[in-house]
Amino acid sequence: MNRLLVVDNLSKRFGGIIANEDISFHLEAGQIVGLIGPNGAGKTTLFNCIAGFYPPSEGTIRFMGNDITGMGSPMMAHLGIARTFQIVRSFGSMTVLENVMVGAMLRNKSVSVARERANDELEFCGLSARANVAASNLTVAEQRRLEVARALATEPHLLLLDETMAGLTPSEVQEAVRLVKDIQKRGIACLIVEHVMEGIMPIADHMIVLDYGRKIAEGTPAQISRDPVVLAAYLGE
Amino acid sequence: MMTKKRNSLIVVGAALALVLPFIVSNPAHQNYLILVLMFAQIGVAWNILGGYVGQVSLGHVAFFGIGAYTSTALLISVGLSPWIGMLIGGIVAAVFGVMIGWICFRFKGHYFTMATIAVAEIIQVLFTNWEGVGGAVGLYVPMDRQGWGVMVFNSKLPYYYIALGLLCVTLLGNWAIEKSFLGYYFRAIKDEPEAARSLGVSLTAYKLVAIAISSFFTAMGGSFYAQKELFIDPGSVLVTSLSVKMSLVTILGGVGSLFGPLVGSTLLTGIEEATRQFFGGSGMGIDLIIYASIIIIVAIYYPAGVLGWIKHLLRRDAKTEGGA
Amino acid sequence: MNGEILLQTLLSGILIGLVYALVAVGLSVIYGVMEIVNFAHGEFLMLGMYSSFWLFALFALDPLATLPLTLLLLFGLGALVYRFTIKRIVNAPMLSQIFVTFGLMILFRGGAQFFWKPDFRTVENSLVSGNVVINGLYFGIPHIVAALGAVVATGAVWWFINRTRLGAALEATAQDKEAAQLMGIPSHWIFALAWGLGAACAGVAGVLLSTFFPIFPEVGANFCLIAFVVVALGGFGNVTGALWAGIIVGVVEVLGGFWIGPEYKLAIVLTLFLAVILVRPQGLMGRAE
Repeated sequence: MNRLLVVDNLSKRFGGIIANEDISFHLEAGQIVGLIGPNGAGKTTLFNCIAGFYPPSEGTIRFMGNDITGMGSPMMAHLGIARTFQIVRSFGSMTVLENVMVGAMLRNKSVSVARERANDELEFCGLSARANVAASNLTVAEQRRLEVARALATEPHLLLLDETMAGLTPSEVQEAVRLVKDIQKRGIACLIVEHVMEGIMPIADHMIVLDYGRKIAEGTPAQISRDPVVLAAYLGE
Repeated sequence: MMTKKRNSLIVVGAALALVLPFIVSNPAHQNYLILVLMFAQIGVAWNILGGYVGQVSLGHVAFFGIGAYTSTALLISVGLSPWIGMLIGGIVAAVFGVMIGWICFRFKGHYFTMATIAVAEIIQVLFTNWEGVGGAVGLYVPMDRQGWGVMVFNSKLPYYYIALGLLCVTLLGNWAIEKSFLGYYFRAIKDEPEAARSLGVSLTAYKLVAIAISSFFTAMGGSFYAQKELFIDPGSVLVTSLSVKMSLVTILGGVGSLFGPLVGSTLLTGIEEATRQFFGGSGMGIDLIIYASIIIIVAIYYPAGVLGWIKHLLRRDAKTEGGA
Repeated sequence: MNGEILLQTLLSGILIGLVYALVAVGLSVIYGVMEIVNFAHGEFLMLGMYSSFWLFALFALDPLATLPLTLLLLFGLGALVYRFTIKRIVNAPMLSQIFVTFGLMILFRGGAQFFWKPDFRTVENSLVSGNVVINGLYFGIPHIVAALGAVVATGAVWWFINRTRLGAALEATAQDKEAAQLMGIPSHWIFALAWGLGAACAGVAGVLLSTFFPIFPEVGANFCLIAFVVVALGGFGNVTGALWAGIIVGVVEVLGGFWIGPEYKLAIVLTLFLAVILVRPQGLMGRAE
């Protein structure tokens, strides 16, 4: 077994509020793992801890065998963890291509090399036609793809996707699902926080369910969808 | 096509700049041209940190003063040529800039600006009370020797070309930054710092790079000023109003654009000269009122500056033509 | 150093520090509600001083008597400044926000120079003047009155924010602009209120200072910087923190002036501030995340 990411007994508190309590799970290389749960379950907090957005209060996070607990996000990017943002944060003064070039510059500071890499990723994400458009002029679905392309340009081993499918039309969701599967084919593992169940259930190898800041279940999508604890949590919402 | 147009504009502009002092022979007018070039140069230097990275410093006069004092003190004490003194001043200012940045970048946004003012105030107090560099009296650049070696001249003409050369060097520096990964990183930090971090860009590290380059070029402007005026004191090279002016020429012309400061400097220096001629010497407050009104109006209505405004007009014309 | 002189210096530092706290609270209220630093804050103080001076010089009205009038004038000015300039840049890029208040600073200074000349002026022989001797220590009565006035005014602001409905609305807007709007509070009114309140704090401090401080167009510059230091040390948007930080800054300033030299006063305060920020970026009184 090739454990890429191992989270052990992770807790996160803000003042007196407990957002995550004693969460453990792991993710294997090339795996797609879905992180789900009702609103306020602590998904985003867990996601942000793993992404290096803020340090966990307790517990450890290991990536490819290294302890990365409390490291900042620039360091995480260097190690091979890339992320997207729930509320898209594209660089507004740049074109679509330039946005992705910033990502590619992590591995190679040459502008022309970065441009080539960026063009490849735009092609991969189906945005080639929009390469020279200002990033702020994209549709929501396109902006989400741009974030994915930008993150992929950093050549990650693990991609953290934060609600990439929220607010998309059913056909756009299908396209997003296809994109995630293509990413997996490149050997990149994905940890996906998702609200859109039809987006995550068909592609996840493994699911983790949070409620009230704790892990209440994990397993294959089929197991999860039959789990009475999970059903109760969602119905109680 | 846009770049082709821009390139031919640059060539024409450069040719004009080279022959301009022969067309304008009145020393007072030549002095005005030198001021335009000098403020354009420090505006371009300020733009690296304030425009590209979006860290608005109003303490840049500290770097300007450090440049002026370093080259002048070295010239007086050991007779070092200001050409070398200028480089040393730039390096001293860059090191100082990194130290200051390391502290001040802990503040975000407006408070960063306030902190930079605080730093400049400290420097001003220290230099005013430091007898070794003339204290409140200031320093005179010795005039016993003249010529290119000591950068002291009787006529305005050499100063004009030195200012032009400095501006070109600084513009080239900016252009190189714009074209390299640094330019992309700087804009990324300004647009979306958190996203930049997630792509491996360390905010503090690259802000420090920006402040080092920016303060280096600002200090060179300070050394030039000292040689041109042949006299410096805290009241002339360490006052906050100078920080305001270097940022203002940039904002007026167009923040984050290569030639914005040159446009802004031409306009602002022109307005200042006109005000002075019209209302007589300063101290009446009218000059300040006009100055302030420009700042407020530009900040509220034309935040992209004159160049941004022109670009906007061109784009609108292109659109209506395309539609018709 | 003589113990008596030390005590005297310390106490005078505390007295002026309380006035600094009041100026800082005004700056903090504006920043807390809309995250805009008012670079023209010192100029509100300057205008408060001139208001006090002219009412005294023209109508022989004592500064203490005209304090409520100046308070209202500055409140109105603050609200007008918001209405005609700041309102247009609430969501503008940071650069615009910085330069609009910076432009206002220069505008007010230029206006003061133009209308009232750059001369130094003083309010002489007002009701509060002279000295008192307490246990062999000399205190200027104006200083004591100014400090007491500042404490009362700071307390009033604290009461307003924490104990009134309008103050609660102010606080809610500071926490979350959208949430406040959902509560049915138009945020533009709250912003105007914050600017009025902020300007009034500075204006009242100006009146209190006018009985013993020279009045000139640039007088606000140092006060604005010191207020900034106080806010940063006391924690952003923290009234009681500002009070303590004001006292610390006042004491450091007079002690530094005494030991190192009065010409270094401002530099000492600013250096202390940079040193503290280096160690505790959240300020002395602010809480870590």
